[in-house]
Amino acid sequence: MITRAELREIFANGVWKQNSSLVQTLGLCPLLAVTTTLINGAMLSLATLLVTGLSGFTVSCLRKFIPYEIRMPIFIMIAATLVTIVDQCMASWLSEIHNLLGIFIPLIITNCIVFARIEAFAAKNGPIQSFFDGVSMGTGMLWTLVVLGGMRELLGNGTLFSGIESIVPSLSGLRVFSDGYPGITLFVLPPGAFILLACMIATKNAFLARRKAAEASR
Amino acid sequence: MTADAANTPGTPDTPVRVAFRSAATLAVFTAVSTLFLATSYTLTRPVMEASVRAKKMRAIEEILPPGIFDNDISADILSLDSELSPALIAPTTFYRGRKNGAPAVLVVETSARGGYGGPIGLLIGVRADGVVTGVRVTEHRETPGLGDYIDLKKDKNRKNPWIRRFDALSFDARPESEWKVKKDGGSFDFIAGATLSPRAVVRAVRDTLKFVAEHRDALYGAPEKDGAAAPHPQPQGDPS
Repeated sequence: MITRAELREIFANGVWKQNSSLVQTLGLCPLLAVTTTLINGAMLSLATLLVTGLSGFTVSCLRKFIPYEIRMPIFIMIAATLVTIVDQCMASWLSEIHNLLGIFIPLIITNCIVFARIEAFAAKNGPIQSFFDGVSMGTGMLWTLVVLGGMRELLGNGTLFSGIESIVPSLSGLRVFSDGYPGITLFVLPPGAFILLACMIATKNAFLARRKAAEASR
Repeated sequence: MTADAANTPGTPDTPVRVAFRSAATLAVFTAVSTLFLATSYTLTRPVMEASVRAKKMRAIEEILPPGIFDNDISADILSLDSELSPALIAPTTFYRGRKNGAPAVLVVETSARGGYGGPIGLLIGVRADGVVTGVRVTEHRETPGLGDYIDLKKDKNRKNPWIRRFDALSFDARPESEWKVKKDGGSFDFIAGATLSPRAVVRAVRDTLKFVAEHRDALYGAPEKDGAAAPHPQPQGDPS
């Protein structure tokens, strides 16, 4: 049976302890390329979340039928099928976002976090746990990319949530700084993403170190 | 994972047997995946095509004054597969707007060569009298925050965006030598440090307008065609 503690552990792992961007630093290429705005980062993460969740579930359901020697090609085929379906659905119903994210939706297949979770988790655990593990990993990526995309958008363009009108037409993005804000181009370009990601990792490490020190002195 | 099968007494697990079993398993998985993909493709294709069409119509309507045409502009298409000038990348598609059957406006969909990040997709509206109704960059990979001001959505100058420099211009309104960015001795301004993007756009718009001016009647008159079989207007086809 699946216990609540088990699910909590899986969730904590995905969102914080084994965060795909901050701890495992996997999938950095799309991270650098699409986090120019908060919405872009969020949408790529949600697409990845769908793929990690569904591929975990599928692989886990089929794991008894997958011979060990050829598990890799089968994993790739399952994940690639799901990525393609997600890609086609986005092109149909979220076409503007799909245009913005472009090649990075099909490229989810190359995000190591998808295979890392299939191989390390879904191949050994039940379908519900595996689905939840994929969703948790995606959630970890989601909040990281939302924070990173938000910072880059704010510093680079002075806006937040721009592009939300292509998802919910009645909403529009926020102009946080006045129209005269020149924007810091560095943060729009990939080096800015590296710098901000490094700051986030450093903050996380500092927080963990401080907590460890507090525990040790207790 | 197939340990049970392998240990079944009486069936020696030869390498050939393992290979065949693997191949069969892989074939089954491939077939099932293909089935899923085919289903998904069949279901999403009509929606996808409709959203591409709707997006194109929105972009066309954005650069045309309301009521300038009364035909189905998205269906009255002429597509040319040859390069119209060195500044333009084929194909170039002309959406022909007519009012009461008379030529009213052309929306030209083309790509500019020479952008910093590759081709720059353009949509150019030209009234029958040669006046530009508007120009939009539809696709580009120019440097964010630097060369991307050619894209109206990215231009930080919201009051007087760069791409509106073409509004209400016509090819005859300026001598051909002035259809350049200021750096090249022309009359179009640009942002220092990002000359390549506006230079490519100015050249592409210039050549498009020139082509439209020279082949106006042929463009409006040619039978409706979409694709490779489209007749190319004669280079000297304009009798005027």
